[in-house]
Amino acid sequence: MAYLTCKDLNIGYEGTPVAEGLSFSVSAGECLVVLGENGAGKSTLVRTLLRLIRPLSGEMLTGDDLGKNEIGYLPQQTEFQRDFPASVEEIVLSGTLPKHPFSPFYGKEQRQTAKANMMLMNVYDMRKKSFRNLSGGQKQRVLLARALCATERLLLLDEPVSGLDPKVTAEFYQLTSDLVKNGIAVIMVSHDLHSALEIATHVLHIGSRKQLFYGTREEYLASGLGKTFEEGGASE
Amino acid sequence: MNTITDSLEMLKLYLQQGFVIRALIVGLLVALCASLLGVILVLKRYSFIGDGLSHVAFGAMAAASVLQLANQNILILPVTVLTAVFLLTYSRKMKLNGDAAVAMVSVGALAIGYLLMNRFKTGPNVSGDVCSTLFGSTSILTLETSDVIFSLIMAVIVVVSFLLFYHKIFAVTFDEIFAESCGMKTRFLNLFIAAIIAVIVVMGMNLVGSLLISALIIFPALSGMRIIGNFKGVVIFSAVSSSFCAVMGVLLSILFGTPVGATIVAVDLGLFLICALLGVVLHRG
Ligand SMILES: Nc1ncnc2c1ncn2[C@@H]1O[C@H](COP(=O)(O)OP(=O)(O)OP(=O)(O)O)[C@@H](O)[C@H]1O
Ligand SMILES: [Mg+2]
Repeated sequence: MAYLTCKDLNIGYEGTPVAEGLSFSVSAGECLVVLGENGAGKSTLVRTLLRLIRPLSGEMLTGDDLGKNEIGYLPQQTEFQRDFPASVEEIVLSGTLPKHPFSPFYGKEQRQTAKANMMLMNVYDMRKKSFRNLSGGQKQRVLLARALCATERLLLLDEPVSGLDPKVTAEFYQLTSDLVKNGIAVIMVSHDLHSALEIATHVLHIGSRKQLFYGTREEYLASGLGKTFEEGGASE
Repeated sequence: MNTITDSLEMLKLYLQQGFVIRALIVGLLVALCASLLGVILVLKRYSFIGDGLSHVAFGAMAAASVLQLANQNILILPVTVLTAVFLLTYSRKMKLNGDAAVAMVSVGALAIGYLLMNRFKTGPNVSGDVCSTLFGSTSILTLETSDVIFSLIMAVIVVVSFLLFYHKIFAVTFDEIFAESCGMKTRFLNLFIAAIIAVIVVMGMNLVGSLLISALIIFPALSGMRIIGNFKGVVIFSAVSSSFCAVMGVLLSILFGTPVGATIVAVDLGLFLICALLGVVLHRG
């Protein structure tokens, strides 16, 4: 069964729909790339999947015993975090909180989870460093390690490579695709069609208020929709 | 040379007085609590909330004295707590910009408070009363033992809950959306923070007055952020430096006969400037 299945989902704010008729699912070992032009509703979908806002109608089902809030979220880089005094370790450890909601202190298990994920993301050596002094790529790896602490099953990445240079982008995609190969499910919002398609197993394309496409990467490439998106994207 | 020994002699004398000891204890406790909450507020971009709340408390106090309430806190505390809750949790939903909402509430309450005090004269010297509530009176030097006990209880509550919720506070302050997305009760935590900050503002009004309370809240955190790059370090630095500045401020104000509130804030400002300089040096090095 899939970790997450959406059936005829209508999303929007205060009764006003942004995108309608979204039907898709994500299972272990899949990477679903969500494409769409500006204002298509990608961020709205992210907020809905995180259960920060309710869907207007339709179903959102979790399977395989995936907890309701068991979703590791990698937010878009915000201005807000720029001067925040926090060490890498503090940030990654905070990802373990949801699994241990009632203990006021970090236990041994939580520290081990954090350590393992910092190693995996190659940020263990900089664990005492201040987050605000890291490069963009390093920051994303730290936030990915935090997301992995929250769950080893389903990750939701919101435009994870925006603002990164091509080399760092490639590294980040490599890390993500390794995770997918190890059986993690990933939902990734992206503007960057080309490289995102390299690691995608499935594509969800949202446009003009409705779902334009959902299917495997191969079907998407065959459909020719990617081309129209590129042209639309180029004129942005 | 002589003046220094004289001053020390005088200080020794003062330190044997009960009222000085009480002022030191209360000043230290209020500064400690304000600095802990200040770290959260500065990082959440709510630096001005202390300012806004203290003006609301001022307005409520004016209303309370017009109503001739025996215990003014009965009105001041609930009004301030409700305003804090509104500002921290609901203003965003109502599409009010955070800082605009705070500024609006702040000047509104200030104006109404002054109007009330002026219209229904409660004492012979209205502008004197207003001035002392805005800039802090000498009332810190006339504290009762009950005031000390009250601030002690308050400080214990603040420090203990800060320790208990420390990691959750970090998570919510650093990235509220992430915290909420993995099911943390961010609403509850925000309400809790709002309530505590309101109580601290009301406590701090006696100490430094309502114009200067936000200094106690923001300066220690800002100083810490200049030179320290992790959350725990900033929290510890703020707590320690804020307590130190409060004690220094009270002592200096006694020695030189300066207003207590303004002196404490001046010491805080001095420390901030030192930290800002250090920060520049550290970044270069
Ligand atoms: N909080 C909100 N309340 C009401 N409407 C909103 C809100 N946020 C976004 N919208 C509207 O919803 C629509 C979809 O916005 P959304 O942010 O989901 O698009 P997006 O696909 O993420 O675009 P982008 O590529 O620019 O990030 C837009 O028309 C936007 O104006
Ligand atoms: Mg978006």
